[in-house]
Amino acid sequence: MTIPQLLVHDPEDNVGVVVIEGLRAGTDMLCVVTRDDSSFRLAAIEDVPIGHKIALRDLKPGDTAIKYGEDIGRIVAAVAKGGHVHTHNLKTKRW
Amino acid sequence: MKAMKLTGWRRENGRVGVRNHVVILPLDDLSNAACEAVANNVKGTLAIPHAYGRLQFGEDLELHFRTLIGTGANPNVAAVVVIGIEPSWTGRVVDGIRETGKPAEGFWIEQNGDFNTIANASRKAKEFLQWASELKREEIAVSDLWISTKCGESDTTTGLASCPTVGNMYDKLIPQGIYGVFGETSEITGGEHLARKRAISPEIGEKWYAMWKAYQEEVIEAHKTDDLSDSQPTKGNILGGLTTIEEKALGNLEKIGHECRFIDVLQPAETPSQGPGLYYMDTSSAAAECVTLMAAGGYVVHTFPTGQGNVIGNPIVPVIKISGNPRTVRTMSEHIDLDVSGILRREMTIGEAGDGLIAMIERTVNGRLTAAEALGHREFVMTKLYRSA
Repeated sequence: MTIPQLLVHDPEDNVGVVVIEGLRAGTDMLCVVTRDDSSFRLAAIEDVPIGHKIALRDLKPGDTAIKYGEDIGRIVAAVAKGGHVHTHNLKTKRW
Repeated sequence: MKAMKLTGWRRENGRVGVRNHVVILPLDDLSNAACEAVANNVKGTLAIPHAYGRLQFGEDLELHFRTLIGTGANPNVAAVVVIGIEPSWTGRVVDGIRETGKPAEGFWIEQNGDFNTIANASRKAKEFLQWASELKREEIAVSDLWISTKCGESDTTTGLASCPTVGNMYDKLIPQGIYGVFGETSEITGGEHLARKRAISPEIGEKWYAMWKAYQEEVIEAHKTDDLSDSQPTKGNILGGLTTIEEKALGNLEKIGHECRFIDVLQPAETPSQGPGLYYMDTSSAAAECVTLMAAGGYVVHTFPTGQGNVIGNPIVPVIKISGNPRTVRTMSEHIDLDVSGILRREMTIGEAGDGLIAMIERTVNGRLTAAEALGHREFVMTKLYRSA
C-alpha cells in the first residue's frame, strides 16, 4: 500500500490528520480511515503542517467538528473542504 | 507475542524492583544541600532534591508524606537515607519506608549542622550502597510488573500511534496479571463520558466521575482567571496540530486500549489495594508531577507516549519514550526509545507496535537504560495542593 498523506480515525469524522511533512496545496491526498481501512482521495487546498487537520467537507460556523467519531469542538469560521482546521476556525466547547 | 523472560530484585515485602537505587531523600527543601553532599561523597547513591516540606498542613501535608514515603518504599529502591531539618517528621518518613522491611535511616540537621549530618549520613549511605551492590537479580513473572502511563507534549500523532501502542500493551498484559495506571484528570475533559464507561462497575464509574467533577469545580472553577485555553492544550500541543481539550482527551484515552477496565480510583500517590488490574490515579497532567505520583504509588516502569517530544525522566523509575511523529523521531532521536511512526505510513499495525513496546519493556526491566536514564533526566516534582501555612 502506498503511504497515505491523511489519516482519518472514524468513518463519521469530518476532519483528518496530515501525517507527512511538507504537504503542499494542490496535493491529491490518499486518505485512509484507520477504523475500517477504507480509503478515498481529497485535494489539499492549503499547505498544512504534519499533525494538523484538514476538513473532509465544507464546514460552517456552528458546525461540530468530529474526530474519533466524537465531538471535538465548534467551528467558528468557515473552512472549505481540503482546508486547514485549527485554532483559527475551531474552538473548544469546554473552557 | 513471545513470552517475556524477566529479572528483577525481589524486596523484603515481596514486591519486585527493576532498578536497585540507594536514595538520599530530603524531608524538606532545607535538606537538599546535605543530601546532595552525601550523594557526592558516596558515588552510586542518588539524591532526590525537591522544593517543599515546610509548614504544609492538612491534605497537602498528607500528600507530601505519602509521596516521600512512597518514593522510598518503591521497589526500585533498595535502601534509603532520609535527611530532614528536625527529627520528628524525618522519623515519620523513615518509619513509613521501614514498613516495607527495607533498610532506612534518618538524620537531622538541627544541633548537628550540615558537616556532622553529612558525615554521619555518608557513613550509612556507603554501608547501604555496598550492601545493595551484592543483591542479585532473580527471575520474576510478568505479573510482578507494575507499569504506569502518562503522555506528554501530545499532538495528533499520539492519538493515532503512540497512545494506541500503550493501549495495545495494556490489552495484552493486564490479562497476564500486571498492575497498570493512568491519570491526568484535567486532560480527560471532553472524554469523561468515555472514561466513565471504562470503569469495571457503575459504582467505580460514579467514584471516578465524582473525582473528575470535583476537580472541575474545586480547582478549575476556583482558580481560573479566564479559561484554560492557554494551558490545555499546551502551546506545544497546538504547534503539533491539537486544537481543543476534547481532541486531546480522546487521544489521551487511547492509552488504555479497548479491552481493559479500571478497577479503582486512587488518590495522588496512593498505592493500589484491589489486586492486579488497571487503576486510575487523580493526577495533574504535568508530566513530572504525574510520573512522580505514580512512582510513589509503587509503579516500577513508566510508558510515555510523546508527539512533539517531551524529554522527561524520573530518578527511580525508567521512563520509556514512544513516538509516532516522524519529525520528532528524526530531530530528537536521542530521547526516543521506541519509534512507531511506521503506523502513520501504514507499514506497522497497532498490534505490532504493542509487541514492540512489550519487547522494549522486557529489555528495560532486564537492565537496558532508557533514553531518559542515559541522558540523566531525573525530574522529581512534588504535587502541592495549596500554599503552605
